[in-house]
Amino acid sequence: MASHLFCGRVNLNILREAARKDLREFLDKCSGSKAIVWDEYLTGPFGLIAQYSLLKEHEVEKMFTLKAGRIPSAAVKNIVFFVRPRLELMDIIAENVASEDKLQPRDVHILFVPRRSLLCEQRLKEKGVLNSFTNIDEYILDLIPYDGDLLSMESESSFRECYLENDQTSLYHAAKGLMNLQALYGTIPQIFGKGECARHVANMMLRMKREFAGSQTQILPVFDTLLLLDRNVDLLTPLATQLTYEGLIDEIFGITNGYVKLPPEKFAQKKQGEGGKELPTEPKKLQLNSAEELYAEIRDKNFNAVGAALSKKAKIISAAFEERHNAKTVGEIKQFVSQLPHMQAARSSLANHTSIAELIKDITTDSWLYFILCNMVRNAHLNMPDVFSQTALLSCVSASEDFFDSLTVEQEFMTGVDTDKVSTYIEDCIAQKDPLIKILRLVCMQSVCNNGLKQKVLDYYKKEILQTYGYKHILTLKNLEKVGLLKPQSTMRNNYPTIRKTLKLWMEDANEQNPNDISYVYSGYAPLSVRLTQVLARPGWRSIEEVLKMLPGPHFEERQQVPTGLHKKRQPGENRTTLVFFLGGVTYAEIAALRFLSNMEDSGTEYIIAATKLINGTSWIKSLMDSPEENLP
Amino acid sequence: MTRAKPEDDEYWNSSKFKAFTFDDEDDEFSQLKESKRAVNSILVDDDDEDEEDVERVSWSGEPVGSISWSVKETASSIRSGSEQSFPKIDTTPSLSKQGSGYSLSSLFKAKSKPGAFQSFSESFSDTSSRTYAPELRKPKSGGKDVVSDLSPEETVRRMQKGRAFSLEKFCSLQDKLLLLDEAVAVYDGNVITASWFLFFVIVAEILFRELMARDVALRHYVHYLKEMGEQKLVVELLKALGRTEDMALMHYKEHLNIKDESRRRDFLKSCLSLPFSQDDATHVQDHYTLLERQIIIEASDKKAVAEIFKKFPRKASILNMPIITTLYYSCFYHYGESEGTFSSPSNIRKTFRISEKQYILTALGARAKLKSWFDVDSLFNTKNWLGYTKKRSPIGFHRVVDILHKNSAPVQVLQEYVNLIDDPDLKLSGALKYKCHDIVINTYRDLKDRQQLIVYREKLERDSPEYRKIQELLNNVQIRWKN
Repeated sequence: MASHLFCGRVNLNILREAARKDLREFLDKCSGSKAIVWDEYLTGPFGLIAQYSLLKEHEVEKMFTLKAGRIPSAAVKNIVFFVRPRLELMDIIAENVASEDKLQPRDVHILFVPRRSLLCEQRLKEKGVLNSFTNIDEYILDLIPYDGDLLSMESESSFRECYLENDQTSLYHAAKGLMNLQALYGTIPQIFGKGECARHVANMMLRMKREFAGSQTQILPVFDTLLLLDRNVDLLTPLATQLTYEGLIDEIFGITNGYVKLPPEKFAQKKQGEGGKELPTEPKKLQLNSAEELYAEIRDKNFNAVGAALSKKAKIISAAFEERHNAKTVGEIKQFVSQLPHMQAARSSLANHTSIAELIKDITTDSWLYFILCNMVRNAHLNMPDVFSQTALLSCVSASEDFFDSLTVEQEFMTGVDTDKVSTYIEDCIAQKDPLIKILRLVCMQSVCNNGLKQKVLDYYKKEILQTYGYKHILTLKNLEKVGLLKPQSTMRNNYPTIRKTLKLWMEDANEQNPNDISYVYSGYAPLSVRLTQVLARPGWRSIEEVLKMLPGPHFEERQQVPTGLHKKRQPGENRTTLVFFLGGVTYAEIAALRFLSNMEDSGTEYIIAATKLINGTSWIKSLMDSPEENLP
Repeated sequence: MTRAKPEDDEYWNSSKFKAFTFDDEDDEFSQLKESKRAVNSILVDDDDEDEEDVERVSWSGEPVGSISWSVKETASSIRSGSEQSFPKIDTTPSLSKQGSGYSLSSLFKAKSKPGAFQSFSESFSDTSSRTYAPELRKPKSGGKDVVSDLSPEETVRRMQKGRAFSLEKFCSLQDKLLLLDEAVAVYDGNVITASWFLFFVIVAEILFRELMARDVALRHYVHYLKEMGEQKLVVELLKALGRTEDMALMHYKEHLNIKDESRRRDFLKSCLSLPFSQDDATHVQDHYTLLERQIIIEASDKKAVAEIFKKFPRKASILNMPIITTLYYSCFYHYGESEGTFSSPSNIRKTFRISEKQYILTALGARAKLKSWFDVDSLFNTKNWLGYTKKRSPIGFHRVVDILHKNSAPVQVLQEYVNLIDDPDLKLSGALKYKCHDIVINTYRDLKDRQQLIVYREKLERDSPEYRKIQELLNNVQIRWKN
């Protein structure tokens, strides 16, 4: 069921099982048949913990989405609300409960996820329904196992809350989650951190530990090190377009709770005798995790290396199917048949990913072809074949250049080219009314790479944006300024070039096919956050004190006492295990980079990744906008 | 499959461009195609897709058995009335509550309890009919003696764990502040906010003084009030605390909730006096002026009878559109009006300080859409001191050509502007793209590029004038071709 959780270095299935056990216990508390009313937002995260079958085993017979009005009729003994502690949801629940049928009373329960809240209970009381509940409970779902090496709190607005609203409740949840993790996997002896929020989380953990001093867990520590990183230490990385396979899927289609929805055209199954079947109109929904062998193999590759990998796989599978011709004896046939299910799964997985790769290519290809041709022209020493005459080149230009153009501008900014003046590309994009989020992403990137924009440049961008997209976006621009994504240049020197050089954030010749450095995930740019992680493991942060001082927030090291007798004796050559926690979100490309480090032969460290949420530039900027749903071009 | 030659590989892997190193585009493509072909060609002996290893997926593409799938499934089975998949106990319809004269919810309406807390300053008194604070006087369960005598630390811990606690003990300001500080120390937003309710009985003045020093707690309270939708209260609080700019923005944000345009305009007007930063003040002023103008324009254009409105009926109202959109609208429907009228492009351009670049782009788009090439022409005409007209553009003529082409300008018009492109490479590419044959031919002729001319000739129709022109050039012995 959850095979993807076993394959990592740390068995995260323990965490999942613990979560399932709590869920079962709660369900059994409400004895008899029951219907669950879901806060729709929670179905995604819960899907990572349990399937419907588990609920069914515990007499859940019906499930509804939380809506105003009455709960649809269902002949069950219990009604259970699964909700986030949000006041607006309390009003709906109150309405639901109040319109319950008084002649056939049902037991009503409420389960708050991740925590109960005094305010919500107060609101229910105000509405006069608090006494109707038989059980009011909380279900602590802090860190959800997402994949074999990945934990997420699935807390969408965490960055906004921490850095914009100054509400650090999600940090409290993070600390709680880490305590819970330590209860299952042992005390983590070493804690490193960088940033204000990291400091807070570490402080809370130490405090909580003091408070529970009596209940030491007698478990051999699984993790050697915890690294807490603030997202605002590295504001640049999420703004860049991710170029790994998984990253691009997320950039283009968006992955939510481990699922992606894709346009259905490419997935129409052609079966014999079903000619003329109508194309499906519902988007195709696919689950993406390492349980799928092929996906685990290709997801972290640079997209340019995916085609070759798929083609290789196709040959292997073809060959495997051809084997049946060689199967002569009964034994051989039997063996072939026994492998069939696996082969068919592999075949359908290959079909899916070939289709996805094609979809991505549709968006990126023309511009890449154009790019290749441009380079051929530039490198005049090459004997240009006739087909690549200028005319051919130009026919490509007319195709979508968008992807390539914005990629070029991104890379110019990251290498520090022309970051101090108005970019004509951004100007043009505004004139063409490209999506506002795209514009904001680029402008913020320029600001971050220049350690703030010249006042004149900033004012110009602001004016253009407000005039083209509407004055109400004053609010959004203000928000971006508050979190530091957009700022006027201070008198301080632009220290980005120093940071870039010291941490080797830009690698000229990134090898995408057979990478030898993490910079392959952005085709040249090595994510700052992951560089910090890499340096911490070897040679240590002391070597980069200067750069650490330039980045916001304190950096620190703490040690936690491990009960005697539980000290790990490391075998020679055994890798260390580090948990990297991104406060404010992590991108798929950063995850890919960390996985790359884990798999490097002489790295000596394996990484488990935790985050408040999996983000990309678009979802991130969106979370910082005021009224983003309204009037987005 | 044709593999690239090793030396090609070497080239690609050693070449120095920044974005993507690429194997071989055609190869990539064929690889994808090939893998697709391979997938399709693999014979499936057993067509049953439902083996256990493969996740079952329903018609909607949701994996069968996932929670979100099941929610839909159970919900839809209700709607369709078919409940066969689930055990059914009783199907007699329950008594309808809808028709009864009283709603059940009205029986449970909260009774406001004056006295339990008072609004904490006069300025907030108009909102006192709402309840902002949980009733925390009574402990949740028995054992009052035990819980009412706890230290701040213990109380906070109990609050966190959801156990019985009492806040009654904390009656002096000192005690309350101690509790608040304790709550802040654990950084639990839930508890911080709850602790706040102690303060509703304290006079605002003392409160604010003490609060200045407790920034974290305060931020939580502000956040809480925002969440509760208590905008007014937040604005007052921020004002009292001297965070005037935040207050101004907070207040301004309210306009998003006002649907009626005149009320929105009046609201924006009321924002003008708020203490925004200098930039923002200008923007808010512009916002107000814009909406005010839009209301005037909308009112008159709604009943407008001019030819243009009949020929191109308006698709949507202009209200609440960005300024650039408004300018486009004005260039479309009100071009050539005198600067005195609110709806004229020149007036809008001046009032909102629109840059020349933006103005030209917008006007060009609108006039080209109407195919009024004469107006397009005059946009770029400038007279020099000798009285000659010359074409000048702040945006680069290649962009002009793009826009004209998008609005399907005829070749003659395009050709004129392609000719104006300064950069020879861009000019040639523009000419090729938009099939301005003359320009292409002349450029190649000037470059003395015989080969390209021959290539280009092949693309033309035999015996067309262009074809013949190339033919003549190629036969001209006086040209010294470079190739």
